[in-house]
Amino acid sequence: MRKAELSVAAVIALVAGVASAGGAGSVPGMIGAVVGVAVLGATLLWLSLRRYRAWAYQEREDDLMVSRGVMFRRMSVVPYGRMQFVDVTAGPAERIFKLATVKLHTAAAASDARIPGLEREEAARLRDHLAELGEARAAGL
Amino acid sequence: MTALGPQTRGDGDAPARWEQTVGSGPRPGTGPEWQRLHPLTPLIAALRSVVLLVLVLAEDSRNRSAGVSTTLIILGAITFVLLLGGLVRYAVTKWALDGATLRVETGLLRRDARQFPLARIQAVDVVRPFLARALGLAEVRVRLAGSGRANGRLAYLSAPVALDLRARLLAGHHGLDQSTPEPAEQPLATVPPGRLVASVLLSPAAAIAVGLVIAVIAVTSVSRAATAAVGGSLLVYALSFAHHTWKRVADQYGFSVGLAPDGLRIRRGLLSTVAETIPFARVQAVRKVEPLTWRPMGWCRLEVDVAGSAGREQGTSRLTRALLPVGPTATADWMLSSALGLKQFELSKPPRRAAWKAPLSYHFLGSAYQGSVIGASKGRTKKTTTWMPLGKAQSIRWVEGPLQRPLHLATVRVDAAGRGVVADLRDRDSEEARRIFDSLLLASRSGRHSAAGKAPGPETTQGADTSPTSLTAPARAADGTAQPLRDGPPPRGLTYGQPPAPPSELA
Repeated sequence: MRKAELSVAAVIALVAGVASAGGAGSVPGMIGAVVGVAVLGATLLWLSLRRYRAWAYQEREDDLMVSRGVMFRRMSVVPYGRMQFVDVTAGPAERIFKLATVKLHTAAAASDARIPGLEREEAARLRDHLAELGEARAAGL
Repeated sequence: MTALGPQTRGDGDAPARWEQTVGSGPRPGTGPEWQRLHPLTPLIAALRSVVLLVLVLAEDSRNRSAGVSTTLIILGAITFVLLLGGLVRYAVTKWALDGATLRVETGLLRRDARQFPLARIQAVDVVRPFLARALGLAEVRVRLAGSGRANGRLAYLSAPVALDLRARLLAGHHGLDQSTPEPAEQPLATVPPGRLVASVLLSPAAAIAVGLVIAVIAVTSVSRAATAAVGGSLLVYALSFAHHTWKRVADQYGFSVGLAPDGLRIRRGLLSTVAETIPFARVQAVRKVEPLTWRPMGWCRLEVDVAGSAGREQGTSRLTRALLPVGPTATADWMLSSALGLKQFELSKPPRRAAWKAPLSYHFLGSAYQGSVIGASKGRTKKTTTWMPLGKAQSIRWVEGPLQRPLHLATVRVDAAGRGVVADLRDRDSEEARRIFDSLLLASRSGRHSAAGKAPGPETTQGADTSPTSLTAPARAADGTAQPLRDGPPPRGLTYGQPPAPPSELA
């Protein structure tokens, strides 16, 4: 579901590695930089993996449930009838891996049902499905 | 879109009008009856700026002794430009109430045609800025859900036209014939000027002001030289404080709230007056705010949340959400129960260990839900209690933060339409939070379903009119009948004509 974040972490680690390798002149400095980059990369990878595993969504009979977060564990439930519109976006990193993010908007500004890192076809299917359900059960304000 | 509107109406000779309606500009006799703003409108646009300019330039010329003639020329030129702008705006703006839609068209170079489906109205306001009021004019503002930009403004109409338009908009909103006269209202509460001034003076800003004065006195007694320096900055502060106080008082002066079949009516203002009408079904949540400084007096503020943003619009006094800017708690409680049909209930405190996570606000934390209403209170020095009907829930969230996890606590948040309209069942026991979350989901689902089931068929008063009506009719009906905030009395919003029974407490 969410490979995009991993790639971002890898890119950051790579950039950091290149930068520090260029900056350090001496041999111990080089070793230190390499170790640092490795540790940093591993940490980022681990964090992203954890976060990736925390993301989950479930299309239920009446509502969509999205859970996420490691530090702050959140669970959002948006009834289909409350949806105002559905957004599908794909950032540059997501586009590389042919992924997309589906976001549900309700009339409440604070609602945050977002599902990142979906395969493009799945995102399109979800969007159409949600839009259909939303229309069928529109509940107004 | 505008060309299609009149054509799709249900009269038999619609096809014959097609050729005429395709053309642009006003379509005399065919579509809606286009009306213009009041002819004095451009004058007000210019006048307001002129008053300001006169002040600025007068000050300027006194200081630098610039020639009077240049001042006059500048003033005249600016006035002329403003007047011209106002005239152009007046010439290109027109509006029409066409069946179930209010249409407003404006713009010289970039035409801007807007439609406001009456069924989607969140509130209707009649705003009368001082200058407009002096000339007998008023502005009608239609609030829709969404950002302030979605609102419709008609500035300015003559006062009788504005009031008539408001009555028609609200009647149309409730699915009644638009010639239905505005129903009588039942006064709920007023705010005497003395209490209003006292409440403004009992604010934190006033406390700071008093503290500063004491500090200045202390400084003066120590050294005379420092007085001048401190005095200058103090003057600035005093001026801004005076301005703030004045604004608050002038905004809420003569505040009165009334109950009418078409909604809650709020009237207020000293120089500029505002009259808001909020249909009951549009109330998303109610909040009772009890600031620390008001506690000795036993006062509180009652706020109401509507999906339409009140927004700050240029020139006119801004709309607040106060249902009662300041009043005795007993009055507020009475208003909640009698006007909004809300039975307040005891809120349960979170477990004691939540004090480790929220040491400063634990004493006010409390939440519960009963029947179809959620109640939640919070605050450090200012106790804020929110009441929200479950039927208004847009989404439900469950959050467990890093501080809450070791304490086995979790928060359940219920969002309603609008910005920052949320009821937090904060720091409940994990198990309990989970249970609340699940049962809220169930309850909100059944709330929506029963609303849809109970809903009468879409009203057909508008005939086979535009699609907006048919799209929103179920929603409106659902709102009208579901209103868990008013489960006691019958939904007055749909039964116009019979004035509300006078609450016995008033007599």
